[in-house]
Amino acid sequence: MMASCKKASQLLSQGQDRRLGPLERLRLAAHLAICDRCRRVGRQIEFLRLAVQRFRDRD
Amino acid sequence: MSASAADIDIHRPYLLRYARLHLANPAQAEDVVQETLLTALEGGERFSGRSSLRTWLTGILKHKIIDQIRRSRREQPLADDDQSEADAVDALFAADGHWREAPGDWGNPESALDNGRFWQAFELCLQRLPARTAEVFRMREVMELSTEDICKALDISTTNCWVMLHRARLVLRECLQITWFDDAAKNK
Repeated sequence: MMASCKKASQLLSQGQDRRLGPLERLRLAAHLAICDRCRRVGRQIEFLRLAVQRFRDRD
Repeated sequence: MSASAADIDIHRPYLLRYARLHLANPAQAEDVVQETLLTALEGGERFSGRSSLRTWLTGILKHKIIDQIRRSRREQPLADDDQSEADAVDALFAADGHWREAPGDWGNPESALDNGRFWQAFELCLQRLPARTAEVFRMREVMELSTEDICKALDISTTNCWVMLHRARLVLRECLQITWFDDAAKNK
């Protein structure tokens, strides 16, 4: 079990940059299952990637 | 197969905008775009027609930008980000590692992408990132380089790279929360 949102946010971020290991994925999933705040931040981090790409490509 | 000068020149404004996302110095941005167009015209790198012309030109431009960033860093290394910036992530969490303040609900954030004012807020938030953090973040998200390639180009460790990307994302998230999504929720 991973109680820390800080640690979860690190994994959410690194998940954008590398493939997380099986244990990391398990721990993150367990945390997200009980933490709606981190679920929210996970979606927002994904949105940031989309937003930067739109920002770059807008004419 | 080669692309004509006119075909290539159409993409100049896009390439310049792209270069300026990475290079604060406008003259440097102009230079790398100029070099890119020359390289493309000379056909030193051939356009195969497999990708779009813009994608191909952007590929050449990326290499020129990375070279320029490396040259600049050799001549004048960026100062490390302030410790206060490094602490910005810590400030978001309580001592037990939980969010100090609950991250707000962004609803359907994609709807902001059509709003010109959102892009102003977005640009300001990007500019507020500390210099080194911003550099790594832009190489990762604008150029879409792998962290390995970023580490090689900037000569930093992978761990350092991840720490800076984590910081960039959380600080950017926080800035957008305050400057855009909090207000958007109020105005609903």
